[in-house]
Amino acid sequence: MASVKRRVAVIGAGITLFRRRMRETGRELSFYAAKMALETAGITIRDVDAVVCGSAPDAFDGVHMKGEYLLDGMGGHNKPYVRVYVGGGTGVFTPIAAWWHVASGHFDIVLAIAEEKMSSCHPHPQKAFTTIFDPIYTRPLGPNLVWIFALEMQRYMSVHGVKKEQIALISVKNKRNALDHPCAQLPAKITVQDVLNSEVMVWPVQKLDISPPSDGAAAVVLAAEHVAKRLTDDPVWIEGVGWCLDSTYWTNRDLYYPKYVEYAARMAYKMAGIKNPPKEIDVAEPYDPFDYKEAHHAEGLMLARKGEYLKGIKDEDDIFARYGRDGDLPICPSGGLLGVGNPIAAAGLMKVCEIFWQLRGEAGKRQVKNDPRTGVAQAWGDLMQVGTVIVMRA
Amino acid sequence: MSLERPRLPHEIRHWFGDMECDYVYTLGIAGEKFYAGLKEGRIIGSKCPSCGAIWVPPSLYCPECFEETSEWVEVPDEGTVYTFTVAYVGPDGEPLEEPEVYALIVLDGANGGLLHKLGEVRPEEAYIGMRVKAVWAPEGERKGAITDIKYFRPVE
Amino acid sequence: MSVKIREYRGTPYSRKDLEEGRVPAFRDKPRARYAWACGPAMGRFLAELKEGRIIGRRCRRCGRVLVPPRMFCEWCFRPTDEWVYVRDTGTVLTFSASYLGPAAERLKEPIIIAVIQLDGASPGIGILHKLGEVKQEEVHVGMRVKAVWKPPEEREGAITDILYFKPIREGQGGGE
Ligand SMILES: [Zn+2]
Ligand SMILES: [Zn+2]
Repeated sequence: MASVKRRVAVIGAGITLFRRRMRETGRELSFYAAKMALETAGITIRDVDAVVCGSAPDAFDGVHMKGEYLLDGMGGHNKPYVRVYVGGGTGVFTPIAAWWHVASGHFDIVLAIAEEKMSSCHPHPQKAFTTIFDPIYTRPLGPNLVWIFALEMQRYMSVHGVKKEQIALISVKNKRNALDHPCAQLPAKITVQDVLNSEVMVWPVQKLDISPPSDGAAAVVLAAEHVAKRLTDDPVWIEGVGWCLDSTYWTNRDLYYPKYVEYAARMAYKMAGIKNPPKEIDVAEPYDPFDYKEAHHAEGLMLARKGEYLKGIKDEDDIFARYGRDGDLPICPSGGLLGVGNPIAAAGLMKVCEIFWQLRGEAGKRQVKNDPRTGVAQAWGDLMQVGTVIVMRA
Repeated sequence: MSLERPRLPHEIRHWFGDMECDYVYTLGIAGEKFYAGLKEGRIIGSKCPSCGAIWVPPSLYCPECFEETSEWVEVPDEGTVYTFTVAYVGPDGEPLEEPEVYALIVLDGANGGLLHKLGEVRPEEAYIGMRVKAVWAPEGERKGAITDIKYFRPVE
Repeated sequence: MSVKIREYRGTPYSRKDLEEGRVPAFRDKPRARYAWACGPAMGRFLAELKEGRIIGRRCRRCGRVLVPPRMFCEWCFRPTDEWVYVRDTGTVLTFSASYLGPAAERLKEPIIIAVIQLDGASPGIGILHKLGEVKQEEVHVGMRVKAVWKPPEEREGAITDILYFKPIREGQGGGE
């Protein structure tokens, strides 16, 4: 990252409710989130030089060329506008793309916005998910998307000797954290037993191990240093960005560890000058579409050694002491995808919004207690192959 | 071990399949107003508080100002042909018995326009700037769909 | 600004609202039909399955035997060099039991699935397939399995020409 030309700050964020089904069109949801981000940044659409759209497969909204379809609701009308896409990693990749728009010196203010309306795919978006599989090698076997998570979770548990009871604690923590998130879809006070007694979907994955499909949108406003300093006293700087993709041949690599997440994290940490991630990072939002994924990704982010994220954690007290809002290293204080919901791209961007609010001290009831200065958000996607990472500092 | 390519009974060149999904598209906040209006025989637009434009079909926000539109307003069901085309084939490429005229119609006082069919007019009679008025389906037959307007016909 | 925002927007509805007509919506069922080209690697792989054989490709630079085969090595970013038959026996790398069908419909009897490293493929190079003739609780990582093929006359050059993999039990052949 030798020649990043300019520092870039986040100066505003917006988000809609996350819900299983919403009456609003995708454009209307986008408008709500974009408008809120602009208002909190204290600017109007006229101040925005360019817009970056993030949205996962067209098959969810059921509109081909979804980027173009969403354009006017995203404020992209007659502006430089682009949709970026790296599957489930899109939500964090969208502000990364907006970052290079500004860091390059080409634009001063850029709106990054992500939307998903998964309810259009009826009765369940699972049908659209199956089209991500190779049509010749894999689809004839009749797969559904949960298969790959179940296989990965099993491999992770088997290689490290991690127990399902431990993994379930992540769901307990995140759903409880979400009780304090005003947009949350599935906040709940549940126990490990509730998770273990929930419907078996694809063993070892049970119903309460999984985040729900959702409708929703989220947005952030990015500005170049000279503009950010004029507009706010509390800019949150984007200090590191990283992304990395492995091939779609997911059966050809060992699923116990997401190496591509580690590579993405190394890129972002190097840029941010972070040498000892667990010591230097105060709050983290790793991607948690499934509970074990938080552990998997926290390890990829090098916040814990391989297989050790849940080491020594036996009950609720242990996990909150380690990763709660007043714990050693607060993880997913938002409530994560498990609690807040999972409108794919919007969920990733929700994590970036959360780090923004946490670093500004504006997270209200969700505020972590360690006076955070440095935070990291990460998303993941596709066939066990995408890692996107962003490091932010107050 | 590695082998030379053996003789195979056939080459497998293609794999056939389809991608089929069921969709439910909600009309959205603005769309619900519009289609409910059609059922009542009214065309509803939305007014921007900033520039005053009236958008038809209505939008929750003004695409120019990015302001939330504050008012739902009825617009006349009369307007002007902005551009038109004559279709000789149907949606699946099948030849039509009678050619059909489709026009983009800007309703009086509105921004934007409706794509709709022209009726009671021969293709060679249509022209840009032509004044047209909606012909509605009978009240009991309207379903809250764009086809609640059967077509637009010329007015003198 | 989370603490400064007064209202979070969005209008939820339930599936019941939709089914009982309280939320108007348009329905559509686009159906796109495809003929996916197999290309030389996949085409050969499928043709070999029809013959009851499993074939991969070797990259001489990194030494890996890739199954399913491809004509280039994504590590070395160069063409792979030769066709290699692998065995129809292998080892379970990871497994699962699915109570969900492709459209998230519930299944009474689970489908047991596994990533299987075939004998002759490189370490970590697995294929996805089903397991059969085994109960969920008997499956374990490291279990030895062998392909059960469709009768030759029913094979069509598809991954499903292998019906499933079954455990290699003691006293049965199929290993080395
Ligand atoms: Zn306006
Ligand atoms: Zn190679």
